[in-house]
Amino acid sequence: MFITPAILQTALEVGLIYSLVALSLYLSFSILNLCDLSTDGCYTLGCAVGAVVTIAGHPILAMFAAMLAGICSGFITAFLQTRLGVESILAGIIVNTGLYTINLMVMGLSSNISIFGVDTVFSLFKGLSDSAFWLNWYKLILIAVIVAIMCILMIIFLNTRLGLSIRATGDNPAMVKSSSINPAFTITVGLCVSNACTGLAGCLIGQYNKSCDINLGTGMVTIALASLVIGETLLGKHGSVKKGILGVLIGSCLYRMIVAIALRLNVPTEAFKLVSAIIVALAIAMPKLKEYAALKRTQAQAIAHHKAENAALSKGGDIDA
Amino acid sequence: MLKLVDVYKTFNRGTVNEKKALNGLSLELNEGDFATIVGSNGAGKSTMFNAIAGNFFVEKGCIELDGEDITFSREHQRAKMIGYLFQDPMKGTAPNMTIEENLAIAYLRASTERHQYFSRISKKDKEMFREHLALLGMDLENRMKNPVGLLSGGQRQALTLLMATIVTPKLLLLDEHTAALDPGTAEKVLTLTKNIVSERNITCLMVTHNMNQALSLGNRTLMMDSGRIVLDISGEERSRMTVDDLLEKFSVGAGKEFDNDRILLSSVKNK
Repeated sequence: MFITPAILQTALEVGLIYSLVALSLYLSFSILNLCDLSTDGCYTLGCAVGAVVTIAGHPILAMFAAMLAGICSGFITAFLQTRLGVESILAGIIVNTGLYTINLMVMGLSSNISIFGVDTVFSLFKGLSDSAFWLNWYKLILIAVIVAIMCILMIIFLNTRLGLSIRATGDNPAMVKSSSINPAFTITVGLCVSNACTGLAGCLIGQYNKSCDINLGTGMVTIALASLVIGETLLGKHGSVKKGILGVLIGSCLYRMIVAIALRLNVPTEAFKLVSAIIVALAIAMPKLKEYAALKRTQAQAIAHHKAENAALSKGGDIDA
Repeated sequence: MLKLVDVYKTFNRGTVNEKKALNGLSLELNEGDFATIVGSNGAGKSTMFNAIAGNFFVEKGCIELDGEDITFSREHQRAKMIGYLFQDPMKGTAPNMTIEENLAIAYLRASTERHQYFSRISKKDKEMFREHLALLGMDLENRMKNPVGLLSGGQRQALTLLMATIVTPKLLLLDEHTAALDPGTAEKVLTLTKNIVSERNITCLMVTHNMNQALSLGNRTLMMDSGRIVLDISGEERSRMTVDDLLEKFSVGAGKEFDNDRILLSSVKNK
């Protein structure tokens, strides 16, 4: 069998964890219309903080610690761009660079730590039941529950007045100012919430893999962006928040499926980043390619129509007939 | 109500493009005043509005609104008291959000408490929005879940007007807010403006390029040139004035011919 249920299951598990990063980018990239490139570093930060707290024996607290770490990182990114006038892309890159050292420090100046011999949220959750079904699916169920909670909280948040202000900030900054809302404030809140999601995703992947590596986050922003764009391509770009977040979930899982298929086709692991990049490029280019294909089709039809007309004329026949 | 005292603002200081946009501008508006403003291209009309709204800080002088010195308060703080409509209907609304959501953001002005941030749009709010929308007579009250991007320019401008006044502002700034609309829609939006302003006795400043409008609307006409107010008429003097008199007055006040193609064209058209 080409795709076994086990492969599908792993793809879903990892896809759902990644969907938290995509959710984070949905907030910063799609809603706030900012490029937050600190995602890579923030993801690793979440993983490192989560791993350290988990090793200390508090796997559940680790999730909140990772989110808090993400909030701090997001706050600094936001501070740089809203108060100090650093360009949004640059602010992300600066924070990302700084985070590399911070992450090493969190991990005790080693580039790799393992979570062995202690409980993780997964092992705690596994202990709830002994049935075969549970032992097979507990990881997916736990991840799905956490992601569902985050998505619901995000939907509720984006429909509060503060959430509406954040959406308006990305949609029309001028209007926000003239509605007595400080855009610097909404951007700060938005980036903090967004990076909290990234941090949580990092923490979950750390506990899932039982390890943390300093280079874990490299390319994460590309992957999350790919998921986001796949979702947008499938469900339409401008829709309600609910639709957008559904797109994020579908996009992330689909992306992992595509990667799983690529792995089954024996693509060597070294080529993996290249495969990711190609998938991203294709996903982003998809709307344009569709448009192009549609244009070509219309053209072909028009030419065929002309030819038919000309043929009819040269026969001396009447077109209307 | 509004007081500008000896306000200065220079753009591109120290370069060849240096422009004294506001040059010792002073103005005092009484409560309930509805003043129209005319002036040549680059006379500083929009700059004055931006100075009042807090788009930038002025270099010299002070700005007072309702007895409060707002010279150095920030744009979003002033926005609690000032409604501002631009010429471009796209500027005042968020296109990818629904009518209801746009109104909810505008209605944030009403709240001062921070816990309001986490409240959602309530049924009561929706009812109130619906009532206000119905007054526009554009059938928008039945489209509250539609994104604003689907509305026409006139509808968007009417909505912006509603958003600017849903919490009665102390001052309403109208920067040629009907100039980008087709004549029929412009008329409608203008009527709405007149009704809302007079009903709630809002102090209002309106830039226009239509000389007839400048004389017929409101109770005061101001004329600007080179960053100052060169003519300020109201009452008896204003009601007797014709468009030609106004142009004449201008050349006396500013010492040069009136230079605004759009004004001249629209004046000819409306004679």
